[in-house]
Amino acid sequence: MKEKDERWIPERDPSMGEHTQAGCENRRLEKICSKFLEGTGPEADVVISSRVRLARNIRDHLFPPLASNLQRKNILQLCREILQEEEERFSRFQFLELDSISGVFKQVLVEKHLISPLMARENVCSALCLREDETLGIMINEEDHIHIQCMLPGLQLEQAWQEASLLDDCLENQASYAFHEELGYLTACPTTVGTGLRASVMLHLPALVITRQINRILFALNKVGLVLQGIYGESTDFTGNLFQVSNQITLGQSEDEIWQNLYGVTRQLINQEKKAREHLLNEGRERLDDRSGRALGVMRYARVLGVQEVMQLISDVRLGLDLGLVRDISAGTLNKLLALTQPGCLQYLKGRELSAYEQDLERAAQVQKFLDC
Amino acid sequence: MICEKCDKKNATVHFTKIIHGKKTEWHLCESCAREKGELERPFGGGFPLHQFFSEMMGFMPGGSSDKLLPQAQTGVQCSCCGLTYAQFGQIGRFGCENCYEAFAKCLPALFRKLHGSQKHRGKIPLRTDKGVKLRKDIALLREELQRKIAEEAFEEAAALRDRIKKLEKEREAGGAAGEGKG
Ligand SMILES: [Zn+2]
Ligand SMILES: [Zn+2]
Repeated sequence: MKEKDERWIPERDPSMGEHTQAGCENRRLEKICSKFLEGTGPEADVVISSRVRLARNIRDHLFPPLASNLQRKNILQLCREILQEEEERFSRFQFLELDSISGVFKQVLVEKHLISPLMARENVCSALCLREDETLGIMINEEDHIHIQCMLPGLQLEQAWQEASLLDDCLENQASYAFHEELGYLTACPTTVGTGLRASVMLHLPALVITRQINRILFALNKVGLVLQGIYGESTDFTGNLFQVSNQITLGQSEDEIWQNLYGVTRQLINQEKKAREHLLNEGRERLDDRSGRALGVMRYARVLGVQEVMQLISDVRLGLDLGLVRDISAGTLNKLLALTQPGCLQYLKGRELSAYEQDLERAAQVQKFLDC
Repeated sequence: MICEKCDKKNATVHFTKIIHGKKTEWHLCESCAREKGELERPFGGGFPLHQFFSEMMGFMPGGSSDKLLPQAQTGVQCSCCGLTYAQFGQIGRFGCENCYEAFAKCLPALFRKLHGSQKHRGKIPLRTDKGVKLRKDIALLREELQRKIAEEAFEEAAALRDRIKKLEKEREAGGAAGEGKG
């Protein structure tokens, strides 16, 4: 396990001359646009990513929401020792203490879904232990002592669950978990007790939005114990036509049942979205072509771009791409643009805080730069 | 009540948080709460969870309704972390694993409402002694056996019964060995 890998240290060298500024920016860009975003998995034209999180607590220690700073520190130390015991396995992981990084970089981690918003706000003695490829990580002192997270591109729930579970077995070699025979894994929040498993998929559902079917679906999903929400957590605001569907029930179902249930529903959503896309194509191919063409035009020539606007544009282009109407751009590029144009990533890239207006200017500039190369 | 942040809109979202033992309260309008990221749940619930719990457990959002609670329950306190059931109702979080025992009387109803169940059927830590795992496996198989009998799928039921018998034998043998190890 690497301590303070230089990849993560927020560079702010005052002696940095004008000519090295570009080099620095390039390195930061690499951090934001990690390889993970290029990855395309199964069903990538609808499913952006699959994620599994396991909540675990160590026996005989207060849960983080009630623990004192000292107790949180102890937990952090304990986790460090556990990881060191399994050194071999964690050689490709890096350990990142959240106290030691800038607010902007925390925001980058949130925008990349590597830590939770909660962890970015309340992070006394919190840490992220992340594998090089950024698909497997451990959050320490989030709402629970340990959150194991595996995130894979496309629809790969089973793989994500297996990887997370393997890591769980490995930690359990060293740690004694808070476990109850009847209730399963004991967690700080009663909504995660039992398996402690939250499985989710991030979906791009533009055609279901355009054809106004999404509200009906939202209602139906609730009935089968799943939640559908906008990507930034608000059920009413579906920016960029991106949705997250996750399981709500964690007690009384096995892990396999939970991910299989989500998998089945995701398959149905994919079918419905594809049907809706077909319907739109039949109704007016030119209209869709026009939609993505306009979006590309705005992205190429706009000087001021808001975050919501750019997410909608990216969605329009992505739909065109998936339908074969747009060619000279890849899904990976769109994924990277989506990450890069978020407020935290933009400010991190420039190495300073930007006002809302400056962000809009920078966003437009970055989008153009990206589309040109 | 007016939003504490913008001082303009009506406060519709109420939070009580206990951070490192210190209690803080916020009363915000929806847009300020959203800005603050408070409507976002770490595990993604998509609704203000605190309020949800408060309502579910008979608290009114925003407090000042302790009367609605069964008096006997609000005072129950976890001997390990000090959290009271009333506080649990407000923050929607347990303080430690012992809270589950301390509030045991009140929890089954909550779990049934949240999960439709009160019994774990998933993974068991490998290090848990084998007896526990066997007992759980047997219990699950028995449930299935009942289902099969109800469905009149007798052949499958017979196969299940044989597996249960086998596991029970294993448990008797393994249980004795386990006790021997202490
Ligand atoms: Zn307000
Ligand atoms: Zn407790």
